[in-house]
Amino acid sequence: MSTTVPRRRIRSPLFYRLHRYGVEASCLALGFILAVWSLAPLYNMWKIALESHEGIFGGSVWLAEPTLEAFRVVVTQDFWYLERFWHQFGNSFIVWLSVTVLTLGIASLASFTVGRMRLRNGWMLTNAALMTYVIPASFLAIPIYRIMNIYGLGNHLSSVILALTTFATPYAIFIFSQYGKSIPMELDESARIDGANPLQIYYRIYLPLMAPALVAVGTYALLLAWNEYLYNFLLLSTPQSMTVAVALAQFLNSDESPWNFMMATAIIYALPPIILYYGLRRYMAAGLTMGGVKG
Amino acid sequence: MSATHQALPLARGPAVTRSWRPPWRRGLRGSDVTWAIAFFIPYGVVFLAFVAYPIVYGLWLGSDPALYANLFDDPRYKITVINTLLLAGVGVNLKMFVAFLLSGFFLRKERWIKPLLVLFMLPWALPALSAYISLHWMFIGYGGFLNSALDMLFGVDGPIWFNSYWLAMGINILAYIWKWLPFWTLVFLAGRLAIPQEIYEAAEVDGASGLRRFAFVTFPLLANLYLVSVLLSTLWTVGDFMAPYLVSSGAPALHTLVLATYGYRIAFDHGYPTMGLAAMLSALPVLIPLALLLMRRLQASEVQL
Repeated sequence: MSTTVPRRRIRSPLFYRLHRYGVEASCLALGFILAVWSLAPLYNMWKIALESHEGIFGGSVWLAEPTLEAFRVVVTQDFWYLERFWHQFGNSFIVWLSVTVLTLGIASLASFTVGRMRLRNGWMLTNAALMTYVIPASFLAIPIYRIMNIYGLGNHLSSVILALTTFATPYAIFIFSQYGKSIPMELDESARIDGANPLQIYYRIYLPLMAPALVAVGTYALLLAWNEYLYNFLLLSTPQSMTVAVALAQFLNSDESPWNFMMATAIIYALPPIILYYGLRRYMAAGLTMGGVKG
Repeated sequence: MSATHQALPLARGPAVTRSWRPPWRRGLRGSDVTWAIAFFIPYGVVFLAFVAYPIVYGLWLGSDPALYANLFDDPRYKITVINTLLLAGVGVNLKMFVAFLLSGFFLRKERWIKPLLVLFMLPWALPALSAYISLHWMFIGYGGFLNSALDMLFGVDGPIWFNSYWLAMGINILAYIWKWLPFWTLVFLAGRLAIPQEIYEAAEVDGASGLRRFAFVTFPLLANLYLVSVLLSTLWTVGDFMAPYLVSSGAPALHTLVLATYGYRIAFDHGYPTMGLAAMLSALPVLIPLALLLMRRLQASEVQL
């Protein structure tokens, strides 16, 4: 084992100062590039949404003739694709909230059973759950489309809700079981001695202690629901049952070109997620560290 | 705990036939079994109804060998497979590499790093539909934002992006990376934060420069997380539908389809669902080994995502 520290070349103070400035400058440049990279498509969305109908194809980088006409049309449902916009927005909301609540409920109950009630081969169930992810969701769309019709749930919001819950739950169970390992079993035991039945243990001990994991998984399920498009599109096709995602896609398949209306719809659709992101971003990021990372 | 242990033999009397075990080591008994079943039923039903049945049904639908013969005869299928491999291979690896580097960047201490991170996370928060629609419109030739910007900044006439196969594939990959880079950067950032600072300080005391600290401390500790992330992301990307569908929409002339969009097109636009399913199932020989490898790595190393 060497007993001397390897020598490093000592250079002039000027070198070090220039080196530091160089590093600072390149970091600033990188930061600027990242900001432009992240914001460019968002700027594009806003620019098109705020353009008048003629300005869309004008080919200018800045706003040629800014107007709020597109937003007015969307909000007042003035265009024939947007006739039921607020109703469909409500449908989207119902889907997002239901997926979140159902995922949390089903996954917490399942991981409670596996983790706390000490099923002998509980790990098999968790692994079987993760098997859901072997076949990507978009590949399962065709069978699920057929099956939803067999179940009689076609064009009903619950078909999308159940499909999305199915894809969110395995990961949720995984996170819950990892996080649940940090809650000592002695708490359950003392509750047992006090005469609690499993439902009470679940409700009074497990859920409150799992609160951080619940929030993290809840935001994950929410993200999954509002990023989803294919299942919305396949399973909901009547104007009454459509969500905004499907309505947006109608613009893409049309021959007309009211792109400013489409972008305005896309922006309004993105507003709840962005607002929730700013409110909950600490929890969304915390979900990634649930349980810690070990090499 | 020890008090009860001592008290118990006295309470039970001399005729103890079984050694006493703590309650939580016994299996479930009595009413507990009913509760366990009741708690597990919701997930069990969901799994059987929406995972097991569709998978079995899908495998049955796509089990006709004639379908696969037809599939391999279709020249578009070969291009589709190449596209899927490109998207998964280039997209995932480029994204992971950049995410890994950026995670180190975002650990810097300047004041503007935190706000920049919040801004950088925006693509992750934006719904994929809105994001991909906007990206598609940035690149269309007639009045698209990117060509206007190129014209303004450099006086250059940008190409018609979606008329060239390579440009269109490149844009698909770019859009996909744009959407998912923040998420993986955050994953690696969390991984880096889990490395105790003392290790770095010890390395510095031993005379390690920045590059050596990276090579001998950061990289070995994050290698497993990196591998698991790449595997998981590849699984997800092979089935990615939205980016190729919305951004390039198969342009030019259906040359940039991937397996998901190709299968969807055959199933729903051409009304031939069994063949569409067969196209998607043809990816299973790649997906299943990946998934098994992933599960083995997850169990072996206790990496949590």
